[in-house]
Amino acid sequence: MDELHNQSVAQLAALLKNKKVSAVEVATRFLARLGGNPHNAFLDINSEVTLAQARESDAKLSAGTAGPLEGVPIAHKDVFVTKDLATTAGSRMLSGYRSPFDATVVARLRQAGMVTLGKLNCDEFAMGSANENSAYGAVNNPWNTAHVPGGSSGGSAAAVAARLTPAATGTDTGGSIRQPAAFCGITGIKPTYGRASRYGMVAYASSLDQAGPMARSAEDCALLLSAMCGPDLDRDSTSLDAAAEDFSAGLGHNLNGLRVGVPKEFFGEGLAADVRRAIDAALTQLQAQGATLVPIALPRTELSIPVYYIIAPAEASSNLSRFDGVKFGHRAADFADLTDMYKKTRAEGFGQEVKRRIMTGAYVLSHGYYDAYYLQAQKIRRMIADDFQSAFAQCDVIAGPVAPTTAWKLGDKSDDPVASYLADIFTLPASLAGLPCMSLPVGLGEGGMPVGLQLIGNYLLEAKLLNVAHQYQLATEHHQQQPGVAA
Amino acid sequence: MALTHQDIARIANLARLDLQPEESARMLGQINAFFDIVTQISQVDTSGVLPMAHPLDAMPTMPPINLRLRSDAASEPNDRQANQRSAPAVERGLFLVPKVIE
Repeated sequence: MDELHNQSVAQLAALLKNKKVSAVEVATRFLARLGGNPHNAFLDINSEVTLAQARESDAKLSAGTAGPLEGVPIAHKDVFVTKDLATTAGSRMLSGYRSPFDATVVARLRQAGMVTLGKLNCDEFAMGSANENSAYGAVNNPWNTAHVPGGSSGGSAAAVAARLTPAATGTDTGGSIRQPAAFCGITGIKPTYGRASRYGMVAYASSLDQAGPMARSAEDCALLLSAMCGPDLDRDSTSLDAAAEDFSAGLGHNLNGLRVGVPKEFFGEGLAADVRRAIDAALTQLQAQGATLVPIALPRTELSIPVYYIIAPAEASSNLSRFDGVKFGHRAADFADLTDMYKKTRAEGFGQEVKRRIMTGAYVLSHGYYDAYYLQAQKIRRMIADDFQSAFAQCDVIAGPVAPTTAWKLGDKSDDPVASYLADIFTLPASLAGLPCMSLPVGLGEGGMPVGLQLIGNYLLEAKLLNVAHQYQLATEHHQQQPGVAA
Repeated sequence: MALTHQDIARIANLARLDLQPEESARMLGQINAFFDIVTQISQVDTSGVLPMAHPLDAMPTMPPINLRLRSDAASEPNDRQANQRSAPAVERGLFLVPKVIE
């Protein structure tokens, strides 16, 4: 048997179920790999909490009451609140914060049997594309530690790529699952907006935030997504009333006759040559497996950048008004009065990017600017969503690059927020529309850095995306490449 | 249309952020750089388009959820101690704040 840490979620679940290994043994093995916090991927680890969960899982495995993923380890992005581990959302504002409850996604995965390894580093309040906006230090990319892992779920992506955990949760507001998955050579999926409960997810932009799994294959993502999703109608007012699905059941269809839409706007001048080569090869592979490529247009792709960076900060400025130094989180030590306490608390607790987005959001919502910016952005948002519906009249899934380049070097864009926003161009449209979308590794670009293929599907068709990705992964080996190991 | 130092000061007050002078100056430059890419949205003809506040609003197959309310029944236990565990200042179960009424 290969080393335990190289086993997939599906393999570990089978080993545990067949009593080839115990949950405590698996947990112990992974905890040992977290020593020294490789890649700065973790923000909280508590081996007692992990081992207690593993013992519970072993008891259930013995009693025959095990869940489908009983004993398989997972780590959670630090925007999911957890009762037994600290939750900071990568912010100084929440340093030492303890939630009185578990997020629904965390609770559902535990119910399915998964054992929590710890909490994962991320950009502060999930705002960023490089994981350099964490108050607890940047995460580095396991493929080359001088490069960023992507963001905002950078800790999640780095931890999965480095085999520190077989699975992780992430959240995606404008690309925060897909882009780090692409940069770290792993597989991740953002389901349809409303599929996974937002209860207990620290809010950034509520009309966009969505949770999803990150792992090494579509097969593993299907198992995880099945456990994560399902209605949470009493606790999340935007939770979809759509029954939980077994996404693993739909992975067996060949790609004959599949129409893959290729948006020309995703292949313009800004696309790096090495990324284009890998994406073109992946599209050719899909054709070889029976798919047909259909040229489509998503004419408002470029507009999605200003539209997203108006809407998301507007929602953030409202959501983050709760951090006032009263009920939880940081409070400034010295202040003159209540207003001064708010101002100093927020100035000390928030980092630069978060302040910028709060300021931008407050501005576009302020008197005299609301119609020209916020309302206009919401109207273009509908046009972007309508463009996708026109496209899906011609194709079953849409495919293209996740990002214009591979992972850049740490520090390269950290002083230029707009450069970082522009790099989100291919992930923002599907986020604005609320469509399911995923990233899967399709090879390496220059310097041996991974390239991710993005697949976008119509509402509630996660199973179709996962099937396409799984069929591709059955025929290719890109998802099995790992950092530091020659292909 | 570029923002000014006065705009930054006004918004910082609205957003309850105490910005240092060098921080305000840097932010002014960065926010104006962002608004350079925002200008293109004013060129888009959106007449007759309804604003989309929410993805569920664009899903052809989903029933409207705007008015979904849960039943008015107590569902959560009263766990004041756990809820106040991370509060900066608490006394006898109350959140402490600076005096607001003279």
